[in-house]
Amino acid sequence: MHLLMETIILPWAVPIGTESYEIVEIHDRVSLTTGEGAEPVFVLNINGVDQSFDLSPDVPLLWALRDVAHLTGTKFGCGMALCGACTVHVDDVGVRSCVLPISGLVGKKITTIEGVADSTLGRAVQTAWLSNEVVQCGYCQSGQIMSAVALLKTVDSPSDADIDNAMSGNICRCGTYSRIRDAIKEAASSTQGKVE
Amino acid sequence: MRFKHFISPSAHGAHLSEITATRREFLRGSLVISGALLVGFSSIPESLFASEDQETEFRPNVFITIHPDERIEITVGRVEMGQGTYTSLPMLIAEELEVDLDKVVLLHAPADAKLYGGERHDQFTGGSLSIRTLWLPMRQTGAVARLVLVRAAAEQWGVPVQECHAKSGAVFHEQTSRRLTYGQLASAASRLPLPSVIPLKSKSEFEIIGKPVSRLDASAKVDGSALFGIDAVVPGMLFACVKACPVFGGKLRSVDDQRALSLIGVRQVVRLPAAVAVVAENTWYARQGMEALGIEWDYGQNADLSTADIDSLMKNALSKTGVVGRDDGDALKVIRDDPQRFERFHLNPMLAHAPMEPINCTVHVHADTAQIWVGTQVPARARDAAAKVLGLPAERVTLNGYYLGGGFGRRLETDYVEQAAAIAKQVSAPVKVSWTREEDIQQGIFRGTYAHSVSASLDEHGNPLAISHKIAGPSNLARWAPGALKDGLDGNSAEGSIQFAYDLPHYRSEFVREDGPIVTGFWRGVGATRNMLVLETFIDELAIKAGKDPLAYRLNLLTGDERAYQVVKRAGELASWGKKLPQGAGRGIALLYAWGTYMAQVVDVTVSNLGEISVQRVICVVDCGVVVNPDTVIAQMEGGINFALSAALYGEITIKNGRVQQSNFHDYAVVRMNQAPAIEVDIITSDLTPGGVGEAGTAGFGGAFSNAVFAATGQRFYQFPIRLDKAHG
Repeated sequence: MHLLMETIILPWAVPIGTESYEIVEIHDRVSLTTGEGAEPVFVLNINGVDQSFDLSPDVPLLWALRDVAHLTGTKFGCGMALCGACTVHVDDVGVRSCVLPISGLVGKKITTIEGVADSTLGRAVQTAWLSNEVVQCGYCQSGQIMSAVALLKTVDSPSDADIDNAMSGNICRCGTYSRIRDAIKEAASSTQGKVE
Repeated sequence: MRFKHFISPSAHGAHLSEITATRREFLRGSLVISGALLVGFSSIPESLFASEDQETEFRPNVFITIHPDERIEITVGRVEMGQGTYTSLPMLIAEELEVDLDKVVLLHAPADAKLYGGERHDQFTGGSLSIRTLWLPMRQTGAVARLVLVRAAAEQWGVPVQECHAKSGAVFHEQTSRRLTYGQLASAASRLPLPSVIPLKSKSEFEIIGKPVSRLDASAKVDGSALFGIDAVVPGMLFACVKACPVFGGKLRSVDDQRALSLIGVRQVVRLPAAVAVVAENTWYARQGMEALGIEWDYGQNADLSTADIDSLMKNALSKTGVVGRDDGDALKVIRDDPQRFERFHLNPMLAHAPMEPINCTVHVHADTAQIWVGTQVPARARDAAAKVLGLPAERVTLNGYYLGGGFGRRLETDYVEQAAAIAKQVSAPVKVSWTREEDIQQGIFRGTYAHSVSASLDEHGNPLAISHKIAGPSNLARWAPGALKDGLDGNSAEGSIQFAYDLPHYRSEFVREDGPIVTGFWRGVGATRNMLVLETFIDELAIKAGKDPLAYRLNLLTGDERAYQVVKRAGELASWGKKLPQGAGRGIALLYAWGTYMAQVVDVTVSNLGEISVQRVICVVDCGVVVNPDTVIAQMEGGINFALSAALYGEITIKNGRVQQSNFHDYAVVRMNQAPAIEVDIITSDLTPGGVGEAGTAGFGGAFSNAVFAATGQRFYQFPIRLDKAHG
């Protein structure tokens, strides 16, 4: 056995910006081990659209998004909430979708990189990413942007320490960190008082 | 033009001369494809040009396709893995083609070594070579197309060509205020012969080159629409999780798959000689299936292998005779005869690449064809390797290219493509094989272990009369491109050692090939990352031993190389070198000369009472010759420095009982936001031939960092990652 609750939880591996959010623990693995019974259908609201998933309850959101819904903007990086590449928002809070079973997400509002431009803040962050020429390979940037938006939802004008705290769970092997920092500050100043 | 030398993945000395291309070297560009003008340049050997009249026989290296509806497509001859080629190469073409970059559509180049592989027909992206090798051909490719379009317009108007000029995708005749767009001219231009002389703009005429241009791949990378290999979606595809024998060289003995096959979504278990795969309806189900397998391995002869064994092997190899890459004067004798000689040993550990996009490859095998979807630094090699596994002719296998979520040398290898092909061969559906991060870390083609011996004989002032640097370790080039060895020398492994810029009467560089028990490979900066770390740490030690300032000591030795002298001097100025630092802080400097690029970095560190090292600031002065996209150069330096800092602080793959002990980012740690230093990049203005940029930031950092930690703590380091003595904790 492996998985979810055996994941090493590092300080930056917990959901960003909130202490109240809980990762749902799945004990019921009967269907997985026996293959018996029909798979339940989970209806998830992703980027404002309800989508049904005929999947086992323990399937992490990441794989439902990528392999089933073909929303491939959310990336797999580590599978242990160590790198942040899979960051999405659940009820506006940044979370690592690689360790979030879909069964705990019914009735919640899921936002992925594909839907982040629907908010003023999301667009501002994307714009700042472009004006700072942040991206290199780009693979981690969906997760970086989702973490940055989550940060700015809770802190209007983040300090360097705020940025360190919120963003150190997102690895970038290309090393674009200083530009990410600049872009977050730019997005913060561009949205002062304008976020809906 | 013609490349003078085959350029290895990281070879030095790519000095292109500005020569004018001749008619023969531009294979007839006038291919009519649905009314489109398609031109290009190829640097393939002259013999292939004999069939000039058979249009089907020649295809250009890089395509420009101008459609009648004004669409302009550029097929980029090198892959994009973050280094900015999908912006810089189109910039070179657009500069001469006279088109606006925002109107250009970029296409991934297909796997075709003849068209995209240069003189040796080896289609790879690596070695900091893209701009160095394509700086001239890409501009010529753009220029030849423009010349034909201008001529088509002149003929249509019945005016002299000299009275016409091109701008923003159209040709103008000022005297009569007439204008024809490239789209309107495409069909006529496609029937004209190519010009025999291809004049290029002088630097003062550049309107795009040298200006900061926004990355053409950026928009797609901030809205999630950019597709990496792992994002390939093929109708009806299945998903595979794979596990290879954890011990290098081991084999699969048996698999109990009864429980796995009973799980939801698991379709099939595939056995390979040294790996097993579970194929399922999604990646998660495949991983659950893998967990449920009962696997027995035959660990083979490496079952007891440990890092200590490999370290010893490399250290012992230093006593063997190697290949001498450089031998000025008689360094060996001078050092041997000096009873006061100064000698140090260094070891560079194994490293994983850990690109953010874990290794993956999607393959669909049909009866007598196959399709591959993958991000790779070597499209043609990957296609050919898969074809071999599948027993198909290469031309029956199609490779679909994608963005790479990092390469760093890992995706120069085709092991994962071969593995995916072998799995897909047994599956009657398209199958996406994606490695777990654990598999990515443990089944890497690692940077090998290298042992270094460096020794010097000093004069009465403490300046070196002679330095000898001997390196022992694997030769990637001998495995990967044996034809690129020059007189037996792996210039890639010796890079940075051969190019030694200091002016000494006696200098020697020798490389002993010792491959060891594990297949190892290229890692960003390759030889220079290791060799410059060793040499620049050594020079620093000599300076301290002589009681001299490390920067002044270097400048004093850089009498024969003005560019090297200037980057060191400039870095010192920008860093306010010599200014007293607070307790616990240290400042170090190092020089880099490799890939035709000069660089000096000054690194400022602080070491806490707990022994935590943090980098406050890095000054990076780079002279890489003429610059195509300045912001890309800055970005590559920033990123390369963070990449090197990860290795300096944490980077180490260790082996115990034949298997890798690290598995994911908790035990193969990399630098994060809170550790990333402020980096100031200063680019020296230059008209000289472009040098490499993609690896220099990485290779130039280690020595400066190690020297800074010495300045802060008084401790010297002969092996990364740096571990401070308890005394300093």
